[in-house]
Amino acid sequence: MSDPYQDNRGNKDASITNPHGRGTMSAGTASGERSRTQDAYLIGDSMTGGYGQGPDILHDCTIAVNKGEIAVIVGPNGAGKSTGMKAVFGMLNLRKGAVRLDGEDITALSPQDRVVKGMGFVPQTSNIFTSMTVEENLEMGAFIRRDDFRKTIEQVYELFPILGDKRRQAAGELSGGQRQQVAVGRALMTQPKVLMLDEPTAGVSPIVMDELFDRIIEVSRTGIPILMVEQNARQALEIADKGYVLVQGRNAHTGTGKELLADDEVRRSFLGG
Amino acid sequence: MDFLNALVALANFVIVPALAYGSQLALGALGVTLIYGILRFSNFAHGDTMAFGTMATILATWAMQSAGISFGVLPTALLALPIGIAATGLLLLGTDRLVYKFYRVKKAKPVIFVIASLGVMFVMNGIVRFIIGVDDQQFADGERFLITARDFRTMTGLEEGLAIKTTQVITVAVAIIVVAILFWFLNKTRTGKSMRAYSDNEDLALLSGINPERVVMYTWLIVGGLATIAGVLYGLDKSFKPFTYFQLLLPIFAAAIVGGLGSPVGAIAGGFVIAFAEVTITYPLKKLLGYLLPDSLAPDGLVQLLSTDYKFAVSFVILIIVLLFRPTGLFKGKSV
Repeated sequence: MSDPYQDNRGNKDASITNPHGRGTMSAGTASGERSRTQDAYLIGDSMTGGYGQGPDILHDCTIAVNKGEIAVIVGPNGAGKSTGMKAVFGMLNLRKGAVRLDGEDITALSPQDRVVKGMGFVPQTSNIFTSMTVEENLEMGAFIRRDDFRKTIEQVYELFPILGDKRRQAAGELSGGQRQQVAVGRALMTQPKVLMLDEPTAGVSPIVMDELFDRIIEVSRTGIPILMVEQNARQALEIADKGYVLVQGRNAHTGTGKELLADDEVRRSFLGG
Repeated sequence: MDFLNALVALANFVIVPALAYGSQLALGALGVTLIYGILRFSNFAHGDTMAFGTMATILATWAMQSAGISFGVLPTALLALPIGIAATGLLLLGTDRLVYKFYRVKKAKPVIFVIASLGVMFVMNGIVRFIIGVDDQQFADGERFLITARDFRTMTGLEEGLAIKTTQVITVAVAIIVVAILFWFLNKTRTGKSMRAYSDNEDLALLSGINPERVVMYTWLIVGGLATIAGVLYGLDKSFKPFTYFQLLLPIFAAAIVGGLGSPVGAIAGGFVIAFAEVTITYPLKKLLGYLLPDSLAPDGLVQLLSTDYKFAVSFVILIIVLLFRPTGLFKGKSV
C-alpha cells in the first residue's frame, strides 16, 4: 500500500484502536464538462466516474426520477447499480456529467450538503444507529432541523406502526425488516424532497420483503419521489413508474416498469425468462 | 466488639481510601473511554493531560491563595478548578488542531492516532515538568479531616479509629455529581446524542447532518474537564507529582478495559474494581484477622499479600483475567 496513513502496520489490537463504526465515506469531486439533456426532478445526467483515483465504473449513465414517481435501478451483479446511486448522492468522483435537483445543479455539493438540500439517503448496510433507541434514531435523522419535529416522528410511527411500539428499544435489537423500517424512517425525518434507497430489501425474508415494498409504495403516496436500487428485479419493476437496467455502468434499457417487464431481451437477460 | 473493630479497621484502611481512589480512577477511565468510543483510539496522553490540568489548577490555587481568596473549610483548589478545566480544554483543542486533525483529514488508521498520542504524551509530560518541576506539590488547604481517628474513638468507644479526610468526601461527592451530569448530557441532550450517534456510525452521522468537527470539539472539551477533575481530586487526596500521574495511565486503562472500552458505565465499575483490588491486596490484613480469628490462630506476619510497590501488577492481573474470560469487559463494551 502506497498511502502510509492507510497502513495498519499489522495492528489487530482493538484495545488501542476502535474498529467499530469508523467512517469510510468521503465526498467525491466533480470535474470536467457538464451536459444538459433533459429536465427531471432529480437527475444524474450522463455521469462518468469512479471511486477515488480508480477506473471509471459509470459510463455516460443517466438516472432520473420525477415527482410522485418510483424509479428503480436494476441490473446484474457488478453492473454499477449502487455506484450509480452513490454518484447521484455525491460519493463518487464524477469526471463527466451533472446531478441536478429541481433544476439546481448540485454536482459539486458534498453528500451532507445534499441532505440539507432535501435528499434523503438510506445506505445498503450500517443504515441505523444500533446502540441507540428507535426514537433516538429518528431524532438523529432530524438533526439538521431546528424546528419542532414531534409531528414528523408521529407521521413516521403512523407509516411504520411497529416502530411506535418499539420506540424505547435499541435499534440494533430489532429484526432485519424492522431495522430497514428504522432506516427509512430516519431518512424521512428531514422531510426530504426525494428519497433514495439502496437495496432496502437486501437480506430480509420474502414475506418481510413484500411488506417493505408495501411500505415503500405508501411512502411514495405521500408525494415523495423515490429512487431505489433493487436486487429483486421483477418485484421492483412491478411497482416502478420508471426502470433503469444498467449493464457495466451503462444504461442498457430504460422505460416504465411495465415496458421493461414486457421486453423480451430484459426478461431473458435479467429476469430469468 | 471485635467484629465491630474489624469492620471499622476495614473501613478505615480499605473501604474509604478505595472509594476515593476508585472515584478518581473512574473519572480518568471515563475520559479514556470517551476518546476510544468517539475518536476511536486509545489516548496514551491521558495521564499527562490529567497532570497538565492539575498543574494549571495548582497555579491558579497559588494565585488565589496569595490574593487571600479561600473557600472556607473546602480546598481553594475547588474554586480554581474551572480555570484549570479551561486551560486543559484549550490545550486539548490546540493539540487536536495541531496534531490529530492532520490525521483525521487524511482518514489515517486509528493505530496512527495511538502512536501520535504517544508523542503528545511526551510533549505534555515535558511541558508540565518544565513549568512546575518534577517534585511533589502539596496544594490541599481548608479543613483536613471530617472525622479524625481520635474523635471517632472517643465518640464510639471502639479501639479502632475511623478517619475520614475532607478530600475523600469531596472526591466521592464531586465524582457522583460529574458522572450524573455526564450521563444526563450523553443521554438527554441533542449534542450528547449526536456524540453517541457519531461513535456508533460515523457515515450515518454525517448523512444525518451531524458535524464531525463539532463532535470532536465537544469530546475534547468534556475529556479535558474529566481529566482535570480526576487529576485535581487525586492531587488533593494524595499529592501532585508529574511522574505519579504518568503512572496513573496504567490503572486507568485497566479500569476502562475491565469495564468494557467505550462503555461509560463500565469505566466507572472498572475504576472501583481496580481500586478495591489494589487497596485490598496491598493492605496488611494482620489487624483485621487478629480481630476476627481466635487468639490461637492470630497471624504472626503482616499478611500483606503484595507489597505496595507491586500495586500495578494487581491491575494487570485483573485485566488479564477479564480479557481471558470476558473479552468485552464487565459491561458490554467493544470486544478487544
